[in-house]
Amino acid sequence: MADPQFLFRDEAASAPAVALSAFGEDTNATAVRIEPGEDARALLPHLDRLSLVEVTFPAFTDGRGFSSARILREAGYTGELRATGDIGVDMLSHLRRVGFDAIAPATPLDPAEAETAFNTWPEVYQATVVDGRKPIWALRHGL
Amino acid sequence: MKIITGNDLKSGAVTWWDGKGWSLSVNDAVEVADDAAAIIAGEEATRRVNGAYIIDAEKTDAGIRPAHIKERIRALGPTVRLDLSLDPSATPDRVL
Amino acid sequence: MYSYDHYDQAMVDARVAEFRDQTRRRIEGTLSEEKFRPLRLQNGLYLQLHAYMLRVAVPYGTLSSAQMKVLGDIADKYDRGYGHFTTRQNIQYNWIKLEDTPDILADLAKVEMHAIQTSGNCIRNISSDQYAGATPDEIIDPRPYAELLRQWSSFHPEFLALPRKFKICVIASDTDRAAMKLHDIGIQMVKNDAGEVGCAFYVGGGMGRTPFIAPQIKAFVPLDQLITYAEACLRVYNRYGRRDNKYKARIKILVHELGLDEYSRQVEEEFAHLLNQDIEPPLAELERIKAHFADPAFEQGLSDDLDLSNPKFARWVKANTAPHKVPGYTIATISLKPVGGIPGDASADQIRLMADLAKDYSFDELRVTHAQNIVLPHVKKADLFVLWEKLVAADLATANLNAITDIIACPGLDYCSLANARSIPVAQKISQRFTDNGKEETLGELKLKISGCINACGHHHAGHIGILGVDRKGTENYQLLLGGSEGADTSLGQITGPGFNEDGIVDAIDKVTDFYLAERQEGERFLDTYRRLGMAPFKEVIYG
Repeated sequence: MADPQFLFRDEAASAPAVALSAFGEDTNATAVRIEPGEDARALLPHLDRLSLVEVTFPAFTDGRGFSSARILREAGYTGELRATGDIGVDMLSHLRRVGFDAIAPATPLDPAEAETAFNTWPEVYQATVVDGRKPIWALRHGL
Repeated sequence: MKIITGNDLKSGAVTWWDGKGWSLSVNDAVEVADDAAAIIAGEEATRRVNGAYIIDAEKTDAGIRPAHIKERIRALGPTVRLDLSLDPSATPDRVL
Repeated sequence: MYSYDHYDQAMVDARVAEFRDQTRRRIEGTLSEEKFRPLRLQNGLYLQLHAYMLRVAVPYGTLSSAQMKVLGDIADKYDRGYGHFTTRQNIQYNWIKLEDTPDILADLAKVEMHAIQTSGNCIRNISSDQYAGATPDEIIDPRPYAELLRQWSSFHPEFLALPRKFKICVIASDTDRAAMKLHDIGIQMVKNDAGEVGCAFYVGGGMGRTPFIAPQIKAFVPLDQLITYAEACLRVYNRYGRRDNKYKARIKILVHELGLDEYSRQVEEEFAHLLNQDIEPPLAELERIKAHFADPAFEQGLSDDLDLSNPKFARWVKANTAPHKVPGYTIATISLKPVGGIPGDASADQIRLMADLAKDYSFDELRVTHAQNIVLPHVKKADLFVLWEKLVAADLATANLNAITDIIACPGLDYCSLANARSIPVAQKISQRFTDNGKEETLGELKLKISGCINACGHHHAGHIGILGVDRKGTENYQLLLGGSEGADTSLGQITGPGFNEDGIVDAIDKVTDFYLAERQEGERFLDTYRRLGMAPFKEVIYG
């Protein structure tokens, strides 16, 4: 699997990710890949041994991976969370907001455009919690 | 006959393939043969058109008449606001 | 009404900059149409039959005089001098250029407006009751909750690539004026036994090719859990809504296929989890928003007397005004359904005139209704006659609210690339016929709604009389439905039988309304008579 083009942690995991269907039997695996139709919560009992969860976006119009990512972070997963697949520059800011810290687009993105995209939002309206950003309502009320 | 219609990328205006480029008038449309798909692909790639597609039409005394009401409305304007048509001769009867 | 602080303004400005950049990339060629399409849709920009179409949001249907004026100016500056008010309380322009759109959005941002998420597979503009804050029959003004939801749903990173579009409506009155139960989520503000305000949630309503009335999923969500509960509803939908077939992708199908109990169980589970995630804005934020919706400075102790000696004025007052919560005031609806006109269209001059009238006579405020009319919510009765005279002069004083000529119609095949048949000419013919034959006033309340395709933007399922345009072997054909309603008594219309051509459908409506007039009992509306007698005798009258 391609190395992430964008990395927001010290280093990228190197273990190959296995499919979720194989992960249950392979008790040594430390990296897993989940597809849009798969339940991210199936991984919750195994978070301790995971160093990489790869969440695939076979089509950029399929937003299930956004929920998968946030669910894993909400459950306390701290390993690498990598988005892969059909990822366009205009998704980048949203991927960060749901907890991805590694992004590996199938087609590499223009670095300057990506830089702009990551900085799209001066502030944010929602608490996703997992991105560590204070929402506007918290700023308004000094929370 | 088969002709191609689309919209201008920047302005959105309805356009018709005239053999060399895109005309605002349906009467400039030319018959396309097996190369229609290649024309559409090439023109979309160079961003001279958006959403191009092939339609059936016939040549009449009054000009080229698309086979389906949808493209006749595209060619002549909304039937309820023909004052906005590019073609001063547009009438509801010509669209229907 | 709500006004932006520097945070809100920065978000809208950021969106304009983002779309300007996306448009540039599309025109320069680094962004393909396939990738650009969802981005432009989430900024309200469609490619329609004749040009691009821009749909501008009017959040919960409320806008100021200054905002309305800019809507008129945009019609002149970037379009062809008119706009079309829609069934989701928005306005759309039909002749927009892609290259102008970033500038239009910038013009809108200057008056705290936008086109954010007015299309695309995301949470759309939040709709509400056009009489909110003015009517005596609400338990509370629903708009602060709609504004809280607007902010939450704007650019929500988890919910921008949903299986399909998602429409939310918030009301606070048992008299549903916003088709609440025909939304993906309908919220009714309610009071519990302890007198506390909360939200009743209805999930899975909608029209389109498979219409459903939303069932209630939760009777009372406390105000300090509103966002969390909505987030749970959306997350279950985002994860499990169908993505294999776009016609089965709305949440109504998920709720229907899972069953209400199972969908509800999954939402409860997600809700319990999210309650521990600290995602709910504090009640202080709701209080901050509520302060923006404080009553204007109504004069107290005004008389309710009105001189109705002018019969035309009297008729307009009877048809187009509604009781206000403050004595001496009224709610006035400006009909955008002139006889033989295009439902929902208004010229730039008319839009600016309505803006001026709102400034002079309605505390600077206007509303857009889902029935494609404009409301001046706070008019002093003492000013009503002068206001009416000004409306008459601008061809805006048609006295037909909720009458058979107050037709909801989608743009249809005259403008829309999805349509199968034209809607507007049918509306025009019906309007003309029932004005000419004098039946309109006799018929009383009769809601007629026309869609030019199965997507049902013209709400045909919810019309007392509904019309659905279809394509039958290349010609336009119109099916007739009877018995729908979008109010507190929401019901779905049934198709009468074989369809008609354009003149045939007008004749058929003449027949069913004659039958109603012959059969009605004291006080019955068309809908009541239909419900009492059922479809069979109406069918007999049409086809027999």
